[in-house]
Amino acid sequence: MSWGINLILILMVTGAVAWGFRFAGQRVTGNKPFYRDMPFAIAFGYVFGVVVIVGAMLYYFQPIDNKGVPASGVVFFRWAVQGFMGFAIAAYLFRLIGRHVGTEGTRKLFRTMPLTAAFGILVIIIYAVVSIFAGAIAPFGQEEIFANANIVPGGNPLLGGNPEFPLGTDQIGRDIYSRLIYGAQNTVGIAFATTCLAFFVGGSLGFLASIVGGWLDQLLSRAVDVLMAIPALIFALLLMTIASVWSNQLGIDRTMFMILIIAMIDSTRVYRLSRAVGQNIVVMDYIEAAKLRGEGMGYLIFKEILPNAMAPLLAEFGLRFCFVFLTIASLSFLGVGIQPPLADWGTMVKDLSQFINFAAFAPNVATAPLLAASAIALLTVAVNFVVDWMLHKSSGLKE
Amino acid sequence: MGSIFQIILQRLALGLVTLLVVSMVIFVAVNALPGDFAQAILGQGATEEAVTQIRADLGLDQNYFLRYFGWLGNVLTGNLGISFAQMNFASNMGGDQLVGVAEQIMPRFRATMFLAGVTAMIAVPISITLGILAALYRNSLFDRAVNIATLSSISSPEFFLAYILILVLAVLNPVFPSLSNVYDGMPLGEKLNRTMLPALTLTLVVTAHMMRMTRAAIINLLASPYIEMARLKGISPMRVIVRHALPNALAPIINVIALNLAYLITGVVVVEVVFVYPGIGQLFVDSVKIRDIPVVQACCLIFAAAYILLNLMADILSILSNPRLRHPK
Repeated sequence: MSWGINLILILMVTGAVAWGFRFAGQRVTGNKPFYRDMPFAIAFGYVFGVVVIVGAMLYYFQPIDNKGVPASGVVFFRWAVQGFMGFAIAAYLFRLIGRHVGTEGTRKLFRTMPLTAAFGILVIIIYAVVSIFAGAIAPFGQEEIFANANIVPGGNPLLGGNPEFPLGTDQIGRDIYSRLIYGAQNTVGIAFATTCLAFFVGGSLGFLASIVGGWLDQLLSRAVDVLMAIPALIFALLLMTIASVWSNQLGIDRTMFMILIIAMIDSTRVYRLSRAVGQNIVVMDYIEAAKLRGEGMGYLIFKEILPNAMAPLLAEFGLRFCFVFLTIASLSFLGVGIQPPLADWGTMVKDLSQFINFAAFAPNVATAPLLAASAIALLTVAVNFVVDWMLHKSSGLKE
Repeated sequence: MGSIFQIILQRLALGLVTLLVVSMVIFVAVNALPGDFAQAILGQGATEEAVTQIRADLGLDQNYFLRYFGWLGNVLTGNLGISFAQMNFASNMGGDQLVGVAEQIMPRFRATMFLAGVTAMIAVPISITLGILAALYRNSLFDRAVNIATLSSISSPEFFLAYILILVLAVLNPVFPSLSNVYDGMPLGEKLNRTMLPALTLTLVVTAHMMRMTRAAIINLLASPYIEMARLKGISPMRVIVRHALPNALAPIINVIALNLAYLITGVVVVEVVFVYPGIGQLFVDSVKIRDIPVVQACCLIFAAAYILLNLMADILSILSNPRLRHPK
């Protein structure tokens, strides 16, 4: 409980300093409005921010060896800060380049872009490149097994590493670095395919329901209501149980079933949105005109409604991709998703998770599961940042 | 007053119908298996007795309607069947001390409710406070930092947050234990201590959503004329938000809290597996892996019921807190 008492003490001292800071500001500047009208909470916020930054800097720059005992917390903190700063600088440079290179339209886009969105776009581009060229980037194959299992990440032979395997090898001797790269191909690729399938099915059914209306609309909408009443992950797990029986009997790969199941579950959410959007569009005059021209259903859906529903559907595509990606990662983490020997981040986290317990005395060892988990987190965070920016831009919200 | 009860009754009836249809969906999904169900479950090495017992237990010779209503009747009387794992064990080893699925699930369900309760008690006050502060100091550095932090924690997978918390709070600074092996009859303090890490993980996940909704609900109201009036009277910004904006934003806030509680009940699966917390989610995943259909079916039904019930509650509470919905024209 001593840390609790320390925390309360620090907060009290911060409060006193904040009061003093405001008082001094009022005296020195001769009661300028900035200090005169400053509420105590804001003064507290400023001083607290300074305390946090100074504390973080003191922690960051303390030596990592204390009488031969490594301070692992400092090592992890340094990695986290370096990663954060690295990505922030990379995103800044990326935005700077985008502001001066490219067509007039993209330059204008980059000029108003917040740093988080630039970070998101940069990360998405990196993931796309890595997943497409995984075979060329990875030094080894994803299923290749080497004689030495459990090589420690870091590549330092004194600590049990091997320069040939920069991130070490797993329990049965596969190169973790190569598997991380192939994981981009498998996990992201499968999630992307699943999202596309969900959008194709849900989108066309939703538009169809909004055009035809009547009993078809009622039937589809009530069916979707029922399917949405079951929580997504639970339903996916139930169906995966049944699929595992089927796949043994029919000899079809379980991953195929997973794609179909998740696409089915997520297409209900897409259906809801596309039906709502479609209903706003079908009452327009140009749809009436197209119908009177005698256009077919396919033309109405793909040439008339789809182009006008692009903006909300695109944002939904980003969010839906995140959900699908997280569902697949969670299923794999629980052991019923993407099956080995395919490299996959969720499974890697599960398999390597016990190494986190060594973090206190050997920080290198704990990096492998954390890298796989943060590979998942980084992509979803990036997509969410971009979608957030797109929604903010299209809604025109200012306050 | 009469119309309120009418509305609530309508919603309740709708919820019951939904639940009935959901039970039908679960039944159809499970019974759409090709070939002999019992043989497929137990594999090639199963004894003849086990296979016949499962066949008899599931009534595979009857038609679908009889089977569905038989199952539904059993569920309503609290008889959820016997798990395959237990049946298999009994048929191989001899012995007749079979524990029904209902007795298997009950303590697990209590544990999960405890976890969800602890999480809600931490998450709800924090998220509402943060939401109010973010609305008060909107577009400031504080607001932007909170925005980025919550967006990141919403979009990270639960196990990532869980392992980060284990790393920081269990391995590097041993504050809480990383394994939450709680059991019935444990002293409350010890139980809370062991539940803290899973509860904190879930808090990180739901706080972000609740806080963002609170902020959005309050900011939506700030353009209203009565807020303008309150400002012109010279009331402090904090008082404008707490006295004038917050009561009117209560409906969406209550709604989002109820929805997040629904998420808590069902979203515990991954977190329970990470921390080996003996809740219903852990049981569910274990049964999915060994294809223990009766347990999977029962857990699925319970999750769906909890989910529908909490969604219903969100619906009813938002009607009750909004006079315009209470007296429909």
